[in-house]
Amino acid sequence: MAVDIGGTFTDVVLEPPVGPRYTTKLLTTHGHPGEAVLAGIGAVLEQSGLQAGDVGLIIHGTTLATNALIERQGAATALLTTAGHRDALEMAHEDRFEQYDVMIDRPKPLVPRHLRLPVSERLDRDGNVLLPLDVASLESALPVLDEHGVESVAIGYLHAFVNPEHELRTAEWLSQLRPNLSITLASEVCPEIREFERLSTACANAYVRPLMARYLERLAAELTDQGFDCPFFLMTSGGGLTTLETAAKFPIRLVESGPAGGAILAQEVARGAGMDRVLSFDMGGTTAKLCLVDDFEPLTSRSFEVDRVYRFRKGSGLPVRIPVIEMVEIGAGGGSIARVDTLGRIQVGPKSAGSEPGPASYGRGGTRPAVTDADVLLGRICADTFAGGAFALDNDAALRAVDEAIARPMALDSELAAFGISEVVDENMAAAARAHAAEFGMDLGARDMVAFGGAAPLHAARLGEKLGVRRVVIPAEAGVGSAVGFLLAPVAFEVVRSRRQRLSELDCELVDGLMREMRDEAEAVVRLGAPSASLSERRHAYIRYVGQGHEILVSLPVEPYGPTHGEIFRAAFEAAYRQLYGRVIEGVDVEVLSWTLTLAAPVQASLECGIDLPRRSAGQPAMTQPLFDPAGEARLEARVYLRADLSEGQNIDGPALITEDQTTTVVPKGWCAAVDTLGHLMLERRP
Amino acid sequence: MNTGALDRIHTQLLWDRLLAVVEEQAQTLVRTAFSTTVREAGDISAGVFDTRGRMLAQAVTGTPGHVNAMAASVGFFLNKFPVAELHPEDVLLTNDPWHGTGHLNDFTVVTPVFHGGRPVALFAATSHIADVGGLGFGPDGRQVFEEGLNIPMGYLYRAGKPNEVLLEILRANVRDPRAAEGDLHSLTACNRAGADRLLETLDEFGMDDLDEAGRVIIENSRRAMLAEIAKLPQGCWTHGMRIDGYDEAVDLVCSLTIGDDGIDVDFSGTSPVCGHGINVPLTYTQAYASFGVRCVVGNDVPNNAGSLEVVRVTAPEGSILNAARPAAVSARHAIGQMLPDVVLGCLEQPLGGRVPSEGASCLFGPVFLGGRGLIPGSVVEPFVINAFYAGGSGARPGKDGLDCTAFPSGVRSTPVEITENSAPLIIWKKEYRPGSGGEGEFRGGVGQIMEFAHARGEAFMVSKMFDRIKHPPRGRQGGQSGAPARVYVKDGPELRGMGRETIPAGGRMVLETAGGGGRGNAADRDSQKVAEDIEKGFL
Repeated sequence: MAVDIGGTFTDVVLEPPVGPRYTTKLLTTHGHPGEAVLAGIGAVLEQSGLQAGDVGLIIHGTTLATNALIERQGAATALLTTAGHRDALEMAHEDRFEQYDVMIDRPKPLVPRHLRLPVSERLDRDGNVLLPLDVASLESALPVLDEHGVESVAIGYLHAFVNPEHELRTAEWLSQLRPNLSITLASEVCPEIREFERLSTACANAYVRPLMARYLERLAAELTDQGFDCPFFLMTSGGGLTTLETAAKFPIRLVESGPAGGAILAQEVARGAGMDRVLSFDMGGTTAKLCLVDDFEPLTSRSFEVDRVYRFRKGSGLPVRIPVIEMVEIGAGGGSIARVDTLGRIQVGPKSAGSEPGPASYGRGGTRPAVTDADVLLGRICADTFAGGAFALDNDAALRAVDEAIARPMALDSELAAFGISEVVDENMAAAARAHAAEFGMDLGARDMVAFGGAAPLHAARLGEKLGVRRVVIPAEAGVGSAVGFLLAPVAFEVVRSRRQRLSELDCELVDGLMREMRDEAEAVVRLGAPSASLSERRHAYIRYVGQGHEILVSLPVEPYGPTHGEIFRAAFEAAYRQLYGRVIEGVDVEVLSWTLTLAAPVQASLECGIDLPRRSAGQPAMTQPLFDPAGEARLEARVYLRADLSEGQNIDGPALITEDQTTTVVPKGWCAAVDTLGHLMLERRP
Repeated sequence: MNTGALDRIHTQLLWDRLLAVVEEQAQTLVRTAFSTTVREAGDISAGVFDTRGRMLAQAVTGTPGHVNAMAASVGFFLNKFPVAELHPEDVLLTNDPWHGTGHLNDFTVVTPVFHGGRPVALFAATSHIADVGGLGFGPDGRQVFEEGLNIPMGYLYRAGKPNEVLLEILRANVRDPRAAEGDLHSLTACNRAGADRLLETLDEFGMDDLDEAGRVIIENSRRAMLAEIAKLPQGCWTHGMRIDGYDEAVDLVCSLTIGDDGIDVDFSGTSPVCGHGINVPLTYTQAYASFGVRCVVGNDVPNNAGSLEVVRVTAPEGSILNAARPAAVSARHAIGQMLPDVVLGCLEQPLGGRVPSEGASCLFGPVFLGGRGLIPGSVVEPFVINAFYAGGSGARPGKDGLDCTAFPSGVRSTPVEITENSAPLIIWKKEYRPGSGGEGEFRGGVGQIMEFAHARGEAFMVSKMFDRIKHPPRGRQGGQSGAPARVYVKDGPELRGMGRETIPAGGRMVLETAGGGGRGNAADRDSQKVAEDIEKGFL
């Protein structure tokens, strides 16, 4: 069973031993999120006729931690930090994320200045004590914690990621005097160099921890009451599963679990289809998220920003350093609003009409044209079957909105204006994908795409054309894609340590010891969820040329390290570097900044896929609908099929529309679509 | 249906694409660069030009100092190397301060792009290279000759063959030859990446060249800027600002004229060229002055030849803002980054409600040096590190200034742990500086106070390019000045704002950055905001 709490909907998916999955979608109950979870679980059990005791595993992902951060609804939190440095959290990088706007505000820190309390202590870069921990300075913090009703404390000292002793002693002392405080150590939650990012991560963890611990423990108790006696796992932002205990301790690792589930789905769909270079494309109402998946592994990183408040601009959010599936998110969704700027250009987003009032065509009072309105005018959405026929689309409202905001000021006819909106939003997404790939030194050429989310199937083929994509898969159950992804995720845990090592003078014993320590730490977590499984271990290092600022992630062999490993690591680095930049630099030493180790148990479920079925025609369409054709600048007659009516092996030539409750797949002229054994749609561009 | 209309949509899409292409070019440069200022601070620029040398799109990067400077640079290249004589695999290079972006550390690389056998565009990129020999990055030079290696505009690659003589001369003259060479590779690679993407784009759009699209981009942008300017009152306003300078005060005097055909900014009345390396070549003056205008006028219009040409900046020859060779220019940013405050001081007069007060503006970037060979008796490896710190920004219309936030520079500060891992230094303190924000209805941003010591108690040197010590940022509309910057030895003497000095063994250097100027009368300050400042410990 998988449960995904999103901002609007809570999705539940039950995978029985045989037969199709059972799914349900409920509105998220914001006051008590557990209510919708339990209701959804009840609903799928009823559909399936199974009992609580029959369920073998529950996997849960949630945006609650993210919401608490965005809405600043977390606990009263204090930070104990090295005296002389208490403003590091707020000073951040001392820069502006938007060069030309003098009115911007920097993100507000989660812990205000009067709760950032200086502690007299100091370590040097090697962890040696320059100033011993002064307990008297801790004592003066107590009355402040009491006076402000502080519920959670982050402890973060300079260089403590090398030697956590002062942080540990502080925690011990504090937990004796104030046993009810929730305590987060920066050296545990993010043992990495760069004080601002580490403290920001620790404070974010501390800020959401009491709330998340309460929620998770309550939910677990309720599930037990209802007769569930199976393991209960949480989905993390890194794409792995973790235990309740670990999640309650490091809730910050849960922030992007929904999107991570989507990326895992894309990964598994890609694996099933044998697509080794994939762009995962998730487009909803407000944003689009794009993720690169190579060799069935999504690009990962250790940095993420929560709550980018300024046009999703980098630097306008709160940075957290946790294992994440790396994706680019931009303000491009079905609800994104179009306008004409001062240069007479169409601009789309990042403002969104959201679900209230929604696009003009929803007929709920929206008057500004959204991407969905353009899609309606271009004939891409079949008004009769939209949302399962639950409500009628207002074509005239869409027309009025597009005419007024775009067609008239630009002296275009309505249809071209709608086409302009659609092209601009697709171009924005293509540009974001390209810049993202360039930033990570990845190649965007010759990829396949996996597209899901309400708006993605409408735009996937056109975006694919812009990016040179040849095949696009629209998975079955795309509407609950994240939850399905949870079912496909491994129990896994990633541990990181920053230890700077020049490869020319690599201390292999130190690194070997570090790896053993990290493996023990990871195994302690993974064993809770997978007591007897055989575990697979992966090691990576963040490596760069001495003097360079950008580390690249290099895969390291899993074996005991000896004197030759300096050379082995260098060779691995150079191979990776050459792949990214086409050359290596002779004569410059190479250094490792951080080491990571991931331990994973095998995946619980898997998607098999058979795409190479003999194809047969899908037969007569349910109806036809005129569809705008950009090349011919005219309307084509598109055949409309209901996805539910299609069966495996059926083939549809574009122009066609394939409709389902949540979305419509556009198959443009020059493309064809086939249905595989799992019900995925495979769109292919004709050569 | 009207095909002209579809063409217009295509032109817009091509424009969006060009902006994406230069963004990708810039990302490639940042990712592969060696220099700290490049990767931590985005001290680069990247852009695409038509074959007449007109800029069509420029990446939004960390420094306004390159804005028009690089745009002008491509014109200089084309004067010397006419486009008709370029070969598909040529790559051009210079670090000449007067043909590039104002000091020897900035290298500009220009790459022509050919499509169907004829040139269709040029890509240019500029990057700050940490060391170019000579005295090193700092204001102490008396002439440009002392400031390092000067490479006139020439070939880095000619028909695909690297200019080995040039590279050998470069390697022989700089302190870190591999980093310098690596940065030249990275400039070349980023232009290549941009060129490849442009060629794909031309094919996708079925276009032979950029001529027509470029004309539309430039013309639209020019018109949009003129429309923004037409909303402003016309007239001429003058404003002056006195700053510390190297050893004597410098007056920056600006008159700004808003007319039908654009904005003219002229710096007549400004102090003459100085005997040290804070002089500014004209292109760099133009960059920062026009950035000052663009912060409040047409800030959503992309930079290109059209939007840039309607803001014209001049300065009298021989003034510190139009210094001719062989003036020393290494620390030209120390003066250049003060220019937006002067320009905004002019704009304040017609636009009272829309202009921030003066801020620290100076980016406090001490260069620490020490170790064997420099400090007698030292037992540590020689080191040099250039860290960056901000002061407070000026109070804004309806808002306080930003605490410890760089403006106009976009450079990021250097983390304490990174500094301490890169050099044997301990930063004992780095905190907000209470009370440093200029009072007013809206307070200036506060600066910070920092204490630096050698990890082993050795003596060390610091090269400084600080301003705002004698002349703090002033408030507007009744707001008070921010606190002046200070630099001194703890329990010891004050240090000079500019130049290299030694911190004695066991000593700590204290740097207090300036606070921003306030805005409006302090008596009108909202009591809630006063209470917040008290809770923060700022008052």
